[in-house]
Amino acid sequence: MTFKALFAASATAALLLALPANAAELTIGFSQIGSESGWRAAETSVSKQEATKRKVNLKIADAQQKQENQIKAIRSFIAQNVDAIFLAPVVSTGWDSVLKEAKEAKIPVVLLDRDIDPSGKDLYLTAVTSDSVHEGAVAGEWLAKTVGEKACNVVELQGTVGASVAANRKKGFDTAIAKHANLKVVRSQTGDFTRAKGKEVMESFIKAEGGGKTICAVYAHNDDMMVGAIQAMKEAGLKPGKDILTVSIDAVPDIFKAMVAGEANATVELTPNMAGPAFDTVAAFKNKGTVPPKWIQTESRLLTAADDPQKEYDSKKGLGY
Amino acid sequence: MTALLPRRGLAQILALVVILAVDRVVSPQFFDLRLQDGRLFGSIIDVLNRGTPVALLSLGMVLVIATRGIDLSVGAVMAICGAIAASLADSHGLPVVLAAALGAGLVCGLWNGFLVAVLGMQPIVATLILMVAGRGIAQLITEGRIVTFTSPDLVWLGNGAILGVPVPIAIALGMLLLTGAVVRGSALGLLIEATGGNARASELAGVGTRAMILAVYVWCGVCAALAGVIAAADIMGADANNAGLWLELDAILAVVIGGTSLFGGRFSLVLAVLGALIIQTMNTGILLSGYPPEFNLLVKAMVVLAVLLLQSPKLSGFAGIMAWLRGTKP
Repeated sequence: MTFKALFAASATAALLLALPANAAELTIGFSQIGSESGWRAAETSVSKQEATKRKVNLKIADAQQKQENQIKAIRSFIAQNVDAIFLAPVVSTGWDSVLKEAKEAKIPVVLLDRDIDPSGKDLYLTAVTSDSVHEGAVAGEWLAKTVGEKACNVVELQGTVGASVAANRKKGFDTAIAKHANLKVVRSQTGDFTRAKGKEVMESFIKAEGGGKTICAVYAHNDDMMVGAIQAMKEAGLKPGKDILTVSIDAVPDIFKAMVAGEANATVELTPNMAGPAFDTVAAFKNKGTVPPKWIQTESRLLTAADDPQKEYDSKKGLGY
Repeated sequence: MTALLPRRGLAQILALVVILAVDRVVSPQFFDLRLQDGRLFGSIIDVLNRGTPVALLSLGMVLVIATRGIDLSVGAVMAICGAIAASLADSHGLPVVLAAALGAGLVCGLWNGFLVAVLGMQPIVATLILMVAGRGIAQLITEGRIVTFTSPDLVWLGNGAILGVPVPIAIALGMLLLTGAVVRGSALGLLIEATGGNARASELAGVGTRAMILAVYVWCGVCAALAGVIAAADIMGADANNAGLWLELDAILAVVIGGTSLFGGRFSLVLAVLGALIIQTMNTGILLSGYPPEFNLLVKAMVVLAVLLLQSPKLSGFAGIMAWLRGTKP
């Protein structure tokens, strides 16, 4: 066999491999925001895994945090006549005209992780998002149950001021602990969702609360701030996880590392698997014509030190967090 | 000492004392100090420790501003160098990690200096390029994740102590003394001021203005690299999205609060660092006060306005008080 023939043969094989495995397979275009956070990277990798599991041909377009790139990607998906379009919208407004184009092309659009302006409700099939008020409530209920009847002063590390996620996670937590008079938020400051600010704010909380002796629990709107707060507590000679209870939200791998070390107690998962339920919804809609509700809420799992944190860490560390 | 702390420092010292007094009121234990695991522990140590990155940035920034320049890229340079340090920390020794991070800062400084001094670009535009691109470079290094490390040597740079003094504070003090010795112990400081005062006249008088401008941007890059390494060591990880974010503005603010004119021509290292401390004293005070976080930025803006008003030459009433305090006539 000559080199040329070998080359031709392998090229043909590559072409055959590139063809869909069966004709009924779905092709779905996914306009992803870009690499704004570790969670976003994990969402992209989980989406790919879920697509492979279901034999869906998933085309991901990275918008690099720009709406115009997302609009371009959606138009190109429409031109390719995909079976459905997933959109993780970078902003909540300005989608009407491009979504109308998708609707005219009879391509269903599913929103992932974020919702858009309510005026466009009839322009998409459904939105798969988590309920951040519920996440805060799960955290608050865990704390109330763990503390029991004991009086407990809670300090809170808020997300960025003005971010809707921060406001919702605060609201959910406040509502959950309002039923328990023994739980009281004594201090609440913003840590901007970052480790460095979480650490700095926790340092000041410890000083303001008698060296941390009067703090019974820390609630952080995300795990990164909690990782910073755990360092601040350790540097102050306190034992996070024992002297001071911790509960935060997101379930990033590093919080499980802290749990394994006995320095964190609980986290509420913001699942990176938004695409899985979306794939199933699209398949049901395409095959059986099932019209889904306008909002599909993802599960907010509570994960504590009792839930094998080492296993959670191992399963999440490769996802790109 | 008179070379390091000119007479005009009174307004800044007064401002710092007033803010410290307010902090003492909102938080009665503000000046309490104790040893915790061989390390001083207390709010006042927090102020010095948390003020370190901006103090280091302001040391480089004040020299750049003295040449009538500005460096918007320092926050991004922090992110790049922190990312490099964190990526290498667990596989290499501290000397290699520091050399790589500081070397990267030096290269960033050379790039800025080249654009400004050699190509003659406006400093604000020239450094804006690296400000935008730098964070992207840092994200490429970390692949968008928070890169964590456990290397005890690098962690020591952020959380260790020398005779009870946290290492970052010692580093900042050392850099202040080093920079002061170099620029004020020689004619360099004067040449930098001459470059900023009137570049053309200085050039004609035989000052190597191009070399001066290149040198200050390089020093600014090195200072930013050090700040980035300390910020990464502090949280035992490099967060490319957030490390040093907006700190270029705090550094410029520190320099301005320190009385250095944005039009160049004169500078004070000590007062720039004092400016950084004023900003951090205020930040820590806000965190201790228990006010809702919605007020943070508003309070900060009001205090900055007050400090700058103190320095305004048009407020003659205050100038009178200052002169009286100094024992001279206005």
